[in-house]
Amino acid sequence: MRQQTFFGYRRENGRVGIRNHVAILPVDDISNAACEAVAANVKGTLALPHAYGRLQFGADLELFFRTMIGTGANPNVAACVVIGIEPEWTRKIAGGIAATGKPVADFSIERNGDFKTIEAASRTAMHFLQDASELRREECHVKELYVSAKCGESDTTTGLASCPTVGNVLDALEPLGATMSFGETSELTGAEDICAARAATPEVAAQFLRMFKDYNDFIVSQGADLLGSQPTKGNIRGGLTTIEEKALGNLQKIGRKCRYVGCLEPAEAPKGPGLWFMDTSSAAAEAVTLWAASGAVVHLFPTGQGNIVGNPIEPVIKITGNPHTARTMSEHIDVDISGLLQREYTLDQAGDRLWDMMIRVCNGRLSCAEALGHREFVLTKLYRSA
Amino acid sequence: MIHFIVHGKQDTVGVMVTDGAKGQKLTGWNMETDETLEASALQDIPLGHKIAMKAIEAGEKVIKYNVPIGDATTGIAPGEHVHTHNLKTARW
Repeated sequence: MRQQTFFGYRRENGRVGIRNHVAILPVDDISNAACEAVAANVKGTLALPHAYGRLQFGADLELFFRTMIGTGANPNVAACVVIGIEPEWTRKIAGGIAATGKPVADFSIERNGDFKTIEAASRTAMHFLQDASELRREECHVKELYVSAKCGESDTTTGLASCPTVGNVLDALEPLGATMSFGETSELTGAEDICAARAATPEVAAQFLRMFKDYNDFIVSQGADLLGSQPTKGNIRGGLTTIEEKALGNLQKIGRKCRYVGCLEPAEAPKGPGLWFMDTSSAAAEAVTLWAASGAVVHLFPTGQGNIVGNPIEPVIKITGNPHTARTMSEHIDVDISGLLQREYTLDQAGDRLWDMMIRVCNGRLSCAEALGHREFVLTKLYRSA
Repeated sequence: MIHFIVHGKQDTVGVMVTDGAKGQKLTGWNMETDETLEASALQDIPLGHKIAMKAIEAGEKVIKYNVPIGDATTGIAPGEHVHTHNLKTARW
């Protein structure tokens, strides 16, 4: 019997998180230093430095705001300090996060300088941290979880073992009413028709195929040779030969039964429970950052050759079916299901193991990526700034 | 001891789950039908790499997950290593 409850943090807006971070969020690249200084002053807060936030425009700017607001709004964040160079964008992001009801404060550096800003922000961050430390976990149902799934450094064991095991868990979460998301748009090349057939309605299938075409048209418009980059050299070393094979292995992680109920723009929050397709890059850190910004609280990450990605606010659980990876990279692997490949247990039993680890991580166990300090916070940028 | 796994009942390739040596007698498992299978490796085939389950002609679709994953670029014998030297994407 799979445990259907866990102990999480219920936030002001009713959403449930599994971590209790006080985030120190820079609006722009030049505010990273102040955020890192605040996090150094107030131990236990989490600075989220990144490379962008200046002179972006159009759809790229919209995605930037959606990502920053979504990151602060994620239920794994208890409270958020926002620091930017100028007040307008800083207040816009802080205001978006404040709509969740959680404590948020904003500081701008212009006319203050780093020292004054850091002092004022540190005082607020300290209050937020002390208040957050008094919040208690309460019993929640798995239907309140939003789970994202994406694989990396795939090989043939991913398609045979770790992706189907994640699929087994998603197939079990779906009827319980949980929210789930998968993506990796261009990586589905070769399996796009099979993926379209898994949509809940013809409209959703058409929306998926439109997103898929737009992404690939963009890649072609840049003169890129997909054949050269997909499968990657790591994939080929692992035994994957063609992009179709890689895509079909990838798609095993949405299970055998789930149908996706809608398509999301990058970092867009799902509108209800069920499985959602999100239009994402297949680069692990970029994709997980987008899911975290859409509100996902835990990520299931099948890997073959051993991707080591983590995220600062959304715990990433690694699962491998490759016995070499499980042995040589054991500090990165949360769930070793390589016994599935030796017929030691069934796919359902492999799913039980992953489910158990997911509940433990939701209860507070640090995933390997968290324990190792992997905090890859990587914004998706659509094009260069003005 | 399972040496290779076949994913679907229509598949023409299996996947090594151990390193296979040239001439080795191999035992396999079809995950869909739960059948036990046998094969002989024509050359060394590393873990994670594919092995042909039947003779495949040049130009023929290679089947895995019960669907085509590309086209054979040469004839492939049963037990042969199937990879970039004899299989290419059908997309380009």
